[in-house]
Amino acid sequence: MAIVHDVIPPFQLFQPASLDEALDLLEARGQDAWVMAGGMDSFDWLKDRTKRTSAVVELSQVTDLQGIRDTGNGLEIGAMTTLTDVAEHPAVREHFGVLAEAAGLVASPQIRNQGTLGGNVSQDARCWYYRRGWHCYRAGGNICYADTPTAVNREHAILGADRCVAVSPSDTAPALIALDAQMVIRRRGDERLVEAADYFRGPGVDITRMTVLQPGELLTAIRIPSTWADADFYFEKARDRQVWDFPLVNVASAIKTNGGRITDARIAVGAVAARPLRLEAVERAIAGRPKNDETGLMAGQMAVDGAVALRHNAYKIPLMRNLVRRAVRGVSTPVTT
Amino acid sequence: MADTKLVGKNYTTPDLLAKVTGRAKYAEDFRAEGMLFVKLLLSPIPHARVRSVDTSAAEAMPGVRAILRAGELPAPADTVTDLGETIRANPKGERALTDEPVYAGEPVLAVAAVDEETAAAAIEAIQVDFEPLPFVVDPLESLRPGGPNPRLEGNVWGRPPAEPGAPPGPLDIQELKWTEADFAEYDQGRLPMGKPQVDTSYGDLDGGFKNAALVLDETFSVANNQHHVLEPRSALAYWQNGKLYVHTGTQSAVQTVASISRWMRLDPTDVVLITEYTGGGFGSRATGAVSCMIPALLAKKANAPVLMRITREEEQYIGGIRPAVHGRVKAGFSKEGRLLALDLYTMGENSAYEAQGDAISAGRIVSLLYQPEAMRHRAVTVLTNTPPRRAQSQPGGLQGIMLMEPVFAKAARKLGLDQVAIRRLNAPEGKAPFGPPDREGQRGYCTSSFIKQALDRGREVFGWEERKARSGQRTGSKVRGVGVAMSSFVAGSTGFDGLFVIKPDGRMYVQSGVGNLGTESFSDVHRVAAEMMGMPWEQVTINWGDTSQNLPWTCVSGGSQTTHAMTRAAHAAASDAIAKAREIAARTLGGRPESYQVANGRVSGNGRSMSLADVARRAVELGGKYDGHELPENINKVTTISATGLAGQGLMGVARDTYPRDGASFSFVAGFAEVEVDVETGQYRVVDYTAIGDSGTIIHPRAYGGQLLGRSVLGMGHALSQKTVYDQHYGLSLATRFYQSRPPTILDVPRNMKHEALDIPDPETPVGARGIGEPPVAAGACAILNALSDALGDDVYRRAPVNLDTILMALEHGRPMQEPLTAHI
Repeated sequence: MAIVHDVIPPFQLFQPASLDEALDLLEARGQDAWVMAGGMDSFDWLKDRTKRTSAVVELSQVTDLQGIRDTGNGLEIGAMTTLTDVAEHPAVREHFGVLAEAAGLVASPQIRNQGTLGGNVSQDARCWYYRRGWHCYRAGGNICYADTPTAVNREHAILGADRCVAVSPSDTAPALIALDAQMVIRRRGDERLVEAADYFRGPGVDITRMTVLQPGELLTAIRIPSTWADADFYFEKARDRQVWDFPLVNVASAIKTNGGRITDARIAVGAVAARPLRLEAVERAIAGRPKNDETGLMAGQMAVDGAVALRHNAYKIPLMRNLVRRAVRGVSTPVTT
Repeated sequence: MADTKLVGKNYTTPDLLAKVTGRAKYAEDFRAEGMLFVKLLLSPIPHARVRSVDTSAAEAMPGVRAILRAGELPAPADTVTDLGETIRANPKGERALTDEPVYAGEPVLAVAAVDEETAAAAIEAIQVDFEPLPFVVDPLESLRPGGPNPRLEGNVWGRPPAEPGAPPGPLDIQELKWTEADFAEYDQGRLPMGKPQVDTSYGDLDGGFKNAALVLDETFSVANNQHHVLEPRSALAYWQNGKLYVHTGTQSAVQTVASISRWMRLDPTDVVLITEYTGGGFGSRATGAVSCMIPALLAKKANAPVLMRITREEEQYIGGIRPAVHGRVKAGFSKEGRLLALDLYTMGENSAYEAQGDAISAGRIVSLLYQPEAMRHRAVTVLTNTPPRRAQSQPGGLQGIMLMEPVFAKAARKLGLDQVAIRRLNAPEGKAPFGPPDREGQRGYCTSSFIKQALDRGREVFGWEERKARSGQRTGSKVRGVGVAMSSFVAGSTGFDGLFVIKPDGRMYVQSGVGNLGTESFSDVHRVAAEMMGMPWEQVTINWGDTSQNLPWTCVSGGSQTTHAMTRAAHAAASDAIAKAREIAARTLGGRPESYQVANGRVSGNGRSMSLADVARRAVELGGKYDGHELPENINKVTTISATGLAGQGLMGVARDTYPRDGASFSFVAGFAEVEVDVETGQYRVVDYTAIGDSGTIIHPRAYGGQLLGRSVLGMGHALSQKTVYDQHYGLSLATRFYQSRPPTILDVPRNMKHEALDIPDPETPVGARGIGEPPVAAGACAILNALSDALGDDVYRRAPVNLDTILMALEHGRPMQEPLTAHI
C-alpha cells in the first residue's frame, strides 16, 4: 500500500450537544471513538492518515465543557476552554498566574484561540519519527528510531526513557502539576478524580498512551484547588522560536515562603521525559531553605541527577538544571522580542 | 530623475485591494466545470528503481479517471537561446515523475480523480515494487574513499576529458572520492579539502599570508533551507482548441510560457499562462515548476480540467532547497585589518539532479564584497539523495558572506579594531573589481558601490557607538552584543523590452510580463514610463498575469534583476513613445518634432499643444510605426507577436533596452543588529535591527522597505532557527512541517526595525535604479551571528542556525560543541 498524506480519510462525525450525549457515544463506540477537542493534534494525525478512526466525536457543541467557574475552593476549568480564555481569565491571572502564563506561551495566538486546555494536556507525543508514522514502540512496533546512532533526537528525553524517548509536549501540564490540580474524568455513569501528576503516563507503564484516559472516558474539567492561590509562581519555556514551538524544556513552580524561607513547594518540568515530572525530592530538599540562588543551584543540580543524554540533546541537562534553579530562585524575565 | 510625480513616491498598487480582501485568486482558488483533482505517489525511500507497478485496484475504483506514469512524459527538449544557441536537454536531469527516484518524496506517479479523497484512496490501492538502491544524504560521506554514491554512476557532475581540438563533451555524472588523508582533520571539525572541481586564483597569495599580522583558519557550515513559499506550486490545467491553459504561480509570467512549452513540447503560442498572483518565489520557481506538467498531461488524458494542489510536505520535497555550503576560510589580515590573502574552499550540497552553482558563485561575491588583495577559491558540488537544490534569495552570495562575516568579526576582535571600521577598510568602492581574471587577464567590475556610505549612515541611524558601549555588559543572566555585516548581490540585467499603448480614451495601457510574486515590481517599474509620459497614475492600466494579453519579453524576477532591467525597458518604450508623439505633433500642428515636449498628458511646443488622447487618435490614422503596424527590428519575437496583437489601437511605445552599461550591476546592504542573550538558557532575542540599502534610485519606497526588511528577516531565519533535518541512516526527512523546519515568524523579529536607502543613482542605467531583493538576506543573517559572538566570544558556533543548545553547550564547555560538518542535523 503506497503512502499518501494530507487528505483526511472519511469517518463518521458526531457533534454531541450535551455531555451525556458525548459520554453515550464514547461508551457505544469504545475503542473506535476518536475524541476531538480543538483538533490541533487530531487533524495532524488524520491528515497524515497515520492514525485512522471510523468515528470522530467532536466536542465544540458541548457547552458544559467550556468556561471557568469559581468553586468556592478554587477554580474549575472546563476541558474545552480555549488556551486563550485560560490565559486571559482574570481569576486565573490573579491567583494562579503560573497557569495563565503557561497557557499564554503555548504555540501561537491562532492555535491558542482554537486549542483547549484539555487538549493541551491530552495531546500525543511530538516525536518526529513517531508522528511520521514510523512503526516504533509507541506505534506498536519493536524499535525506537529516535534512539539510534544516527537519530536526530535533539528534542527527546533525558529522563525516564524506557524503550521510547519521546517527551511530553504540554506547556500547561507542569503548571497544573505545580498547582496540585485534579483532572475530572467521566465515563457514562461514573466519575473519577486523578491528580494532575498521575494523569500522565510514561512508557514504562503504557508505551502507547500518554495519559490514563481509557476508551469511553473523557476529561471533562480540571480543578485548581485554592491550596496554592497567590503563591510565588514561576513559569518558563525554552524554545527555538518565540512563537509556534513546543518546549525544549519548560518548568513551573509554586512556592510558599515564610520570612524568606521556603515552607512548601511544587516544581514540575516538561519536555524532558515522556511525562511531565514533578520533582518531589527537590521540593523536599528545598523546604526550610531560603528562597535564593544558592538554593536554586542546589535544586537544579539535584533535578538533573540521573539524566542521560542522547547524541543531540545533551544541552537539555544544563537547560533543565538552570530552569529549575530559576524556578526556585524566581525573577528573571525570559528573553522575548 | 528629478522632480518626479510617480517615481520615488508611495502609491496603492493595482493588486493590493484584491490581496487584502481575499479576492485575489491564486492557482488553487480556480474551479472549472468537471474539474478533477490529483494526488501524487511519492517515493518512500531515498533511492530506488521501480520494478513494477500494479494500478489495477486503483483503476477499478469509481471516480478514478486517469493515472500518469513517468514513461508518459514527453522526452526533455533541448533549449534554443535567443542567440540561436542550442542547449541540449540533460537526460539525467529532474523531471516531473520518475521510475528511478533519487530522493525520498520524489513523485513517481499521479492519479486524477473526481476528488482528492478518491485520488488519495487510489494511491493507497496502488502497489509499487521498489528495488532499493544505495543512497547517501551527507556529501562528505559520499566523498570518503569507498563512500556510497547517490547515483549509480557517481556523485558529481563533470565533463569527460575532451579530445584535442574537440569541444568538451556534455555534462555527465562522474565519481569523485577523496583520500583518507584528506579527512585527517575532520574530527577536529575542519572541513576536509580534497580534490576540487574548480580552482581559481589571483594575486600573490603566499606573499599575502607571509605579510599578514593575523591568519585565521575557520570552518563554518551554512544550512540547507527550504524556500517556505506560502503558496505551494499548485497548478490547474485544461485544454481548449489545442491550446494548453495553465494557472500557476511563477516568478515570470512571460518566460514560464517558454518553460512549459519546452517541457510539454508545444509551440509557445499554444500555451496560455494565467498567473495574476504568486505566493512567493525566492528563486524556487524562476520560470515555473516542472510539476505543472502533471495536471497538463492528466487533463489531456482524462479530457477534463485538472487541479493539482501541492501540500506543504510535497512543497518541501519538490519545491527544492537552498544548498548548504560548508566552507573553510583561511584569511590573512594586516594589522590595520586589510584582507591581504584569502584561501576559500567551499563544498556545496546538491541533490542527485542538476547542480546549483552556489559553491562557485560564493567566491565571486566574497571577492567583490571584501576586495581581498590576493585570493584562491576552490569549490566542489556533491550530489546526494535529497530534494532538488534551487536558487534561493542571494544564492551563493548568502553562503559566501556567512562564511566570511564571522571571520571578519573574529579578526576585528583579535586586532582590536572596530567592527564597522574593518569592514569599511575592506569594502568595495565605485567600480570595484571582482572575481578571478578572465582569459584576457581582465577582472570584472561593478557599476558602482557606495557601501562605505551605507556603513557610515547605518552607524548613525543604528546608534552604533552607544550600543557598542553597552555591549558585553551583564544584567543578571542577560548579556547584550552588537553586530554589523555587509552584503551584496547581483542587481540587474539588460536587454528586455517595454510595451504600452496610449489609446484615444486618453489612458495608458501598460503590458507587464513581470511575475507578481509579492515584490510589486510588476507594477512599480512601469511608473517610470508613466512618469516620462506625464500620465497621471489614475489613467494608467497595468495588464499583467495573463499571457494571452500580449505581454512583452521580460526578465525573470530572480537575481534581483527586475527593477533594473524593466525600468530600463520602460524608459526605452517611453522614449520611443515620446519621439513618436513629438513627430505626430509636428505633423499635425506644424513645426519640428524637437520643438515639442511631452508633459502633463499633452504634447506642447511653439505655443500649440494636443492631448495624448488626440495623439493616440492621430497615431491610428497615421498607422505605420505610430500604432504598432511597423515594429523595431531588434525587439524579441515574443514582443513582436504581442505588439502585433495590439497594433492599430493607439500610440504605441515599444522598444528594447539597448542602453549601454559599463560594469556588472550589484546592490549592497549594511545590516546592524543588537541581541540579548540569556546565558542560563542560551535563548536570545534580536533587540533591534537596521538595514541601509545601496541600490540606486528608489522607485517605490514602501515596496523597497518591504524588500529590505522582509528579506533581512529571511536571512535572520538562517541565523535563528530554520534548517532541514534528515535521518542519515534511513535517508528520510524529519522536518516536513513548518513547525519542524522553523522559519522565523513576525514575533521572532524586532517590532520596530529601521531601514533607509542611500538613494544614490547608479551611473550606468538611465533611471538609476538597481534591484534590492537579495542583498538584505546575508545582512540579516550575519548581523545576528556577529552580534552573538560580540556578546559571547568567538568559541560558540561553527554552523548556523545558532539555537539555544549551541550557546548553552558552548558556555558549559568553554568551546564550540556543535557537530560542525554533519549534514541535515
